[in-house]
Amino acid sequence: MNSSSTTGRSVTITIDGAPLRVPVTRTVAAALLLDQERMAWRSTRRSGSARGLFCGIGVCYDCLATINGRASQRTCLVEVADGMEVSTGSTTDAPGEPSARPGDAAHG
Amino acid sequence: MSRTGSDVLVIGAGAVGAAIAYFCSEAGLTVQVVDRGEPGSGTSSRCEGNILVSDKEHGPELDLAAYSLGVWQEDLEEHGAAWEFEQKGGIIVASQEQSMRSLRRALEAQRRHAISVTEVDSAELADLEPHLRDDAVGAALYPDDAQVMPMLVVSHLLAMARSRGAEVLSGREVTGMLHSGGRISGVRTPAGDLHADAVVNAAGPWAAEIARFAGVHLPIAPRRGYVMVTEPLPPRVFHKVYAAEYIDDVGSSASSLQCSPVVEGTPAGSILIGSSRERVGFSEAVNRDALRRIAANATSLFPFLRDVKVIRHYHGFRPYSPDHVPVLGPDPRADGLWHAGGHEGAGIGLSVGTGKLMAQALSGAPTDLDLAPFAPERFGEPTGGAQTIDEGDDL
Amino acid sequence: MAEPMTAGTAPIGAVVIGAGPAGLAAAAELVRAGTHVTLVDGSPRFGGQYWRHGAADDSPSAPSPRWHHGWSTYRELRDTLLGAEHAGHLTHLPSTHVWALDHGHAGGFDVHVAPTSEAVGPQDLCTIAAERVVLCPGAYDRQLPVPGWTLPGVMSAGSVQAFIKTQRRSPGQRVLLAGTGPFLMAAAATVLQTGARVAAICESTDLTGWLPGGASAALVPSKITEGAQYTSLLARHRVPFLRRHAVTEIRGEDRVRAVEVSRVDAAGAVVAGSARVLDDIDVVGLGWGFVPQTELLMQTGAETRLDGDGSLVGVVDGSQESSIPGLFLAGEITGVTGAAGAVAEGRVAGRAAAQSGTGRRRDAAARARHRTFAGAMHHAHPVPRRWEDWMRDETVVCRCEEVTYEEVTTARDDLALADPRSVKGSTRAGMGMCQGRICGFAMACLSSQSAARSDGDHAAARQVSNRPFAMPLSLGALAAEHTDGEQPGSASSR
Repeated sequence: MNSSSTTGRSVTITIDGAPLRVPVTRTVAAALLLDQERMAWRSTRRSGSARGLFCGIGVCYDCLATINGRASQRTCLVEVADGMEVSTGSTTDAPGEPSARPGDAAHG
Repeated sequence: MSRTGSDVLVIGAGAVGAAIAYFCSEAGLTVQVVDRGEPGSGTSSRCEGNILVSDKEHGPELDLAAYSLGVWQEDLEEHGAAWEFEQKGGIIVASQEQSMRSLRRALEAQRRHAISVTEVDSAELADLEPHLRDDAVGAALYPDDAQVMPMLVVSHLLAMARSRGAEVLSGREVTGMLHSGGRISGVRTPAGDLHADAVVNAAGPWAAEIARFAGVHLPIAPRRGYVMVTEPLPPRVFHKVYAAEYIDDVGSSASSLQCSPVVEGTPAGSILIGSSRERVGFSEAVNRDALRRIAANATSLFPFLRDVKVIRHYHGFRPYSPDHVPVLGPDPRADGLWHAGGHEGAGIGLSVGTGKLMAQALSGAPTDLDLAPFAPERFGEPTGGAQTIDEGDDL
Repeated sequence: MAEPMTAGTAPIGAVVIGAGPAGLAAAAELVRAGTHVTLVDGSPRFGGQYWRHGAADDSPSAPSPRWHHGWSTYRELRDTLLGAEHAGHLTHLPSTHVWALDHGHAGGFDVHVAPTSEAVGPQDLCTIAAERVVLCPGAYDRQLPVPGWTLPGVMSAGSVQAFIKTQRRSPGQRVLLAGTGPFLMAAAATVLQTGARVAAICESTDLTGWLPGGASAALVPSKITEGAQYTSLLARHRVPFLRRHAVTEIRGEDRVRAVEVSRVDAAGAVVAGSARVLDDIDVVGLGWGFVPQTELLMQTGAETRLDGDGSLVGVVDGSQESSIPGLFLAGEITGVTGAAGAVAEGRVAGRAAAQSGTGRRRDAAARARHRTFAGAMHHAHPVPRRWEDWMRDETVVCRCEEVTYEEVTTARDDLALADPRSVKGSTRAGMGMCQGRICGFAMACLSSQSAARSDGDHAAARQVSNRPFAMPLSLGALAAEHTDGEQPGSASSR
């Protein structure tokens, strides 16, 4: 890693399926904020409120997104890499997961 | 009514003490509750809030469990939302033939005692718990098993007791019993003496210490258990699910570490994962082996948990009674002293039934259940001396 | 990058936890004294928060980044450690977090490590047995809730600075900084250097609290220079510096749009009728000083105390040794003093942990100067006692679980709850993903009837700092170390 190879270098990542070319120096949070111009990319479980970057250093767990299939990643800590797949949304539902209760006659 | 004190003084502001305070004050008795910490700061805030009939052996424990469930569902029905009472039902899963045989024996006994239970086959099991391992040998569903949030139980029971005149004294440690005219007449604390006609030992795993102050032997001992808490998740576990092996653990007297899986969701989204039992006194040192084994047990029941994160763990000391039956009622060896403890891992579930029965007994009314099987003196006598303080003493 | 260590049988000389100013300084002293060091840090590169930087800044030919102080100190430490790593005297475990710290069975320490959940690769856990540990976990911004603080675009002041240090761009074009402490000016200066604008700085004190400590400020000339540089930069850019002001509401629908600021009195109480609105704000950076990361310290049971800024810190002797022999503490964990103070402490701790005699006099002297300065700073910038004045019923206190001010205070009052643990247990505040890191200070204030106990504030601070897992761990990773071959769920054990 040295400046001459990173200055001006870009990578392509996809965010929610859409490709985006971003400087290699970006964290995922910075790509969302600066390149997609989004201040929020998650909604909370209880009230559905929008959340994005808060503490910026990995202690608050607000800025979460799914990265390369791994859920609940702190986007402020992850540096972009070519081909990275980011998927944003609520933490109450992982992508593709059913969240409804199955039918069950025993429940009151 | 004693000359200067209350009708009932309860030592211990956990779920059991709070329930006793509530039902006694409902019955018109004057009540004081004393605790060296804050209410619920002992085992009641370090458990899962289970209300189970499924894991009880038939006999006095099951009788108390069934009675207590009725109290939750009827006497206290209107408060269910306040403490998040959820009758979600319990499922016991057998992963091996041997435990399936134990389970079937338990089912037969339970049915004879009017416990509602159905054996479920793997197709039904997959419908009830779609994320459960798909190779279980068999399972049983107990629709009556329920869960509450224990701290809310303690807080609300005490608030209701207070509104009926009870007094809760936190941060006051009992350092001895008061003795007057041949009976226990109250307790000593660093902030002064408290007088009462009846002193109730509801000190959870510390009940033996309190009993010693009165010079009586009560072999309640701590049995530590861990609980791990996951990150909040969408609903994926719909009942309290545990392994048939858990029944054997509860009923065992082994002091070494025993672990069997217990997994349940919560309304807030976190999944609670247990369980472990070990007798290490009141040690606070973290047993990392227990955490690893609990994790392995849980992921074997629910494979999806492998990728789920735990964000905290806590441990509680269950009040363990040598014959696995709680201790309830007056102590004939120390007039004026009563006990309500030894509930092992069932304290939350049994608390309100205990409270109602104790209030009946303390009021001199007939009790809904015969308390004889719960007699505190049934374990025999100690060899140590009394530590009572005569009220005439100057200390 | 180093491979994760497999759990060895022989205890390793020393483990340094944290690669910020204190940890780097401690590690450098240890390797100089010939002790093998394992340096564990959650970031992929050295520097911690204070010297946080992007990959480009590590290049030998890169100039010192404009927003970094003491960069030459960083480079010197970094070069020492890279050399030591090359020579086999240092093992660096980046992107690795210590999730638990125990006393070992024979007087050493078990350092339980795992890759951070963001690290690429398998999430295997590992335990390092260490004879000595130097714990330098650093700190993060203290937060107070305020109406609207959960709106997108509201972040910590430290987040604004961290963003710029790695991205070289500001997260917003019209940034407002608010809270208390000299860090607000440092963050503002960093924003201005990117070309973005600072709408205002709201400082809740009037700065006269510096006067009694003025002499101690003079002991650290670099701070005076730094302060003067900030003041002239802010003046040049005409940034309003609003003393005795606090943000009392943050407004916007989908994100921050405007901020209401109000005058506050010496106790922090809002002066009625003084509110005015600053429009066209896109980022708000909030900071009320710093909170040390105390969970590993709490796990060991080492002695703690409350520092002058209300932060829970570890107690150390002149060698930076805690109440537990062999456990040394350096940096913000002993009291927030800033990076230079952290370096001084790290040097003392490193030499002590290497058992190479007493610390250097100049390090002890530097440490003393910075501690005195920090004391003056804490005295000048207290957290306002009356911060609840600006709270509303619906204001969120616990961000993770979205527990509101009304829910917390109603539970506390209706149920007569008297300590943070009871309030947490009855409301879930503090039970979410961050385990009370963000809401802890506010919860301690709201929950403890500390007047009733002489050590109430300290006890409350300890209650909100109890985290048995220092980071979330997957059950699969935890289970994978289960090796005694038993069937899961069996009733017997060895």
